[in-house]
Amino acid sequence: MIQGIPIQHFLIVSTLMFFIGVYGFLVRKNLITILMSIELILNAVCINFVVFNKYLFPESLQGYVFTIFVIAIAAAEAAVAIAIIINLYRRYNSINIENINTMKY
Amino acid sequence: MSIQSFLLMRHELMLIIIALIVLIAEIFTPDHKKGIITPLAIILFSISLIVGFLPAIEGNLFGGMYNTSSLIVLMKNILNIGVFIILLQSNKWINLLDNRIKISEFYILLFITLTGMFYMISSGDFLMFYIGLETATIPIAALVAFDRYNNKSAEGGIKLILSSALSSGILLFGISLIFGTTGSIYFKDVVGMVSANDSMMILGFIFFISGISFKISLVPFHLWAADVYEGAPVSITSYLSVISKGAAVFIFMIVLYSVFNSISDIWKNLIYVIAIATITIGNLFALRQDNFKRYLAFSSIAQAGFILLGLISGTELGMASVVYYVLVYVFSNLAAFGVVSIISFQTGKENISDYNGLYKTNPKLSLALTLSLFSLAGIPPVAGFFGKFFLFTAAAEKGYYILVLIALLNTIISLYYYLMPIKAMFINKSDNPIQTFKTDITSKIALAICLVGMVLVGFSSTFFETILKYCFGI
Repeated sequence: MIQGIPIQHFLIVSTLMFFIGVYGFLVRKNLITILMSIELILNAVCINFVVFNKYLFPESLQGYVFTIFVIAIAAAEAAVAIAIIINLYRRYNSINIENINTMKY
Repeated sequence: MSIQSFLLMRHELMLIIIALIVLIAEIFTPDHKKGIITPLAIILFSISLIVGFLPAIEGNLFGGMYNTSSLIVLMKNILNIGVFIILLQSNKWINLLDNRIKISEFYILLFITLTGMFYMISSGDFLMFYIGLETATIPIAALVAFDRYNNKSAEGGIKLILSSALSSGILLFGISLIFGTTGSIYFKDVVGMVSANDSMMILGFIFFISGISFKISLVPFHLWAADVYEGAPVSITSYLSVISKGAAVFIFMIVLYSVFNSISDIWKNLIYVIAIATITIGNLFALRQDNFKRYLAFSSIAQAGFILLGLISGTELGMASVVYYVLVYVFSNLAAFGVVSIISFQTGKENISDYNGLYKTNPKLSLALTLSLFSLAGIPPVAGFFGKFFLFTAAAEKGYYILVLIALLNTIISLYYYLMPIKAMFINKSDNPIQTFKTDITSKIALAICLVGMVLVGFSSTFFETILKYCFGI
């Protein structure tokens, strides 16, 4: 429990982060920026878990443990995604999604 | 680790051991002898397939994070059979000169994804579920991008990994809201606290559902499917559309029936809408495809919609019909993909218009494809009909007559496009048909298993009765 800061403030921040992430995912054209948006989403989730655990269920550890796994798996995901992006760059000479449109509909 | 816990987790442990053996074999074989990894992997996997059929025991491990029961073992065995068929089908393709250096990567990634799916099906809490889901998704993206020199393959890979990352982010947000309302991530603790009056719970539940729907490619979340299926190598496409989807359907069913059973009024409405949208849109988009893999992608979206009819009933018959339909779907879809992969391997042609006059040159292959498409469409002599029949019965039993009617109308639409390739093969003339060729022996065995399975599962009632026997509570 942090003195003077109610739980709502944390939740507002995390929800905003989540939707900024979704927005960024949908409108950004650069693949690296899209990956950054996904990190934003996952970090919002992490804040949510930690805050719920700290404020509402201080006797348990489940939220913290979940956060650690989310961070680890996000790293694995980013690694594979960047490997594929490097391959894409070699094929298309670009990481702008508007150029990567061989398949449509 | 005692022998008891080995028997409980034998599917997963066997797969991990096989993946490690393949990894070690990769280190110790010289480059020009990499071909021996294929028979090694297939033999080891068939051992694991047989071990999987040992009598099942019920129980849980890791303090309830891992559950198993007869039904769950049965689901894993169904997936194992599917993967075995895919391994046989991919044998020739993986031994091509271009793929020689990455044979072991293919097998390791395939087995690790399957392990992830098994942990996902067995999960007893949201953490295990999430880890399983990600283990099942991330390596598949690497497999989709397997053809390094193919533009479409890389494009499919990036589309899969990005959209799956978004969907798992949404799923996680849902889990965090559920954790916030219940204070636990264990299914057995969450069950008691699920209530329809708690709006944060419902919000978390909807986020959660959309995450799983992505894996099954239900309609609002299906946009990735066609592109990824088209870009991936054929073996990976069949893996994605059969195994990955089947595992997701199983866990979807388990979570809906065991965790969120008390808010079934809410999810039944949700699934009602999704089912109608999925069947209709999948069918309508399949009508206008020419690329065979894209065509099968939309057909598999429509099939997923039919599976929802069994889920919506919420009865034992519904559960049994879902498991049975997945079994039928494994055989019939893999037979179709088997023919597509043989032809794509031999000639490089993947369009339906290329199949014109195939019956003149390769009658056996065209008959196999015809049978599998009949099964997918649900025409009586083969198993697909019985699968659809049980699904519709389960839904009608609970009074969803309008839903069943819409599904029936859609079956008629689907007949049109399932008969299109058959018309192309038997009736259309072509100046430049696919040449007559000899199919390799492993693909023939795989195709034979599929065809026998398709006929046997349809005609022998023991399969459905066995499944029904296991389906009491999860």
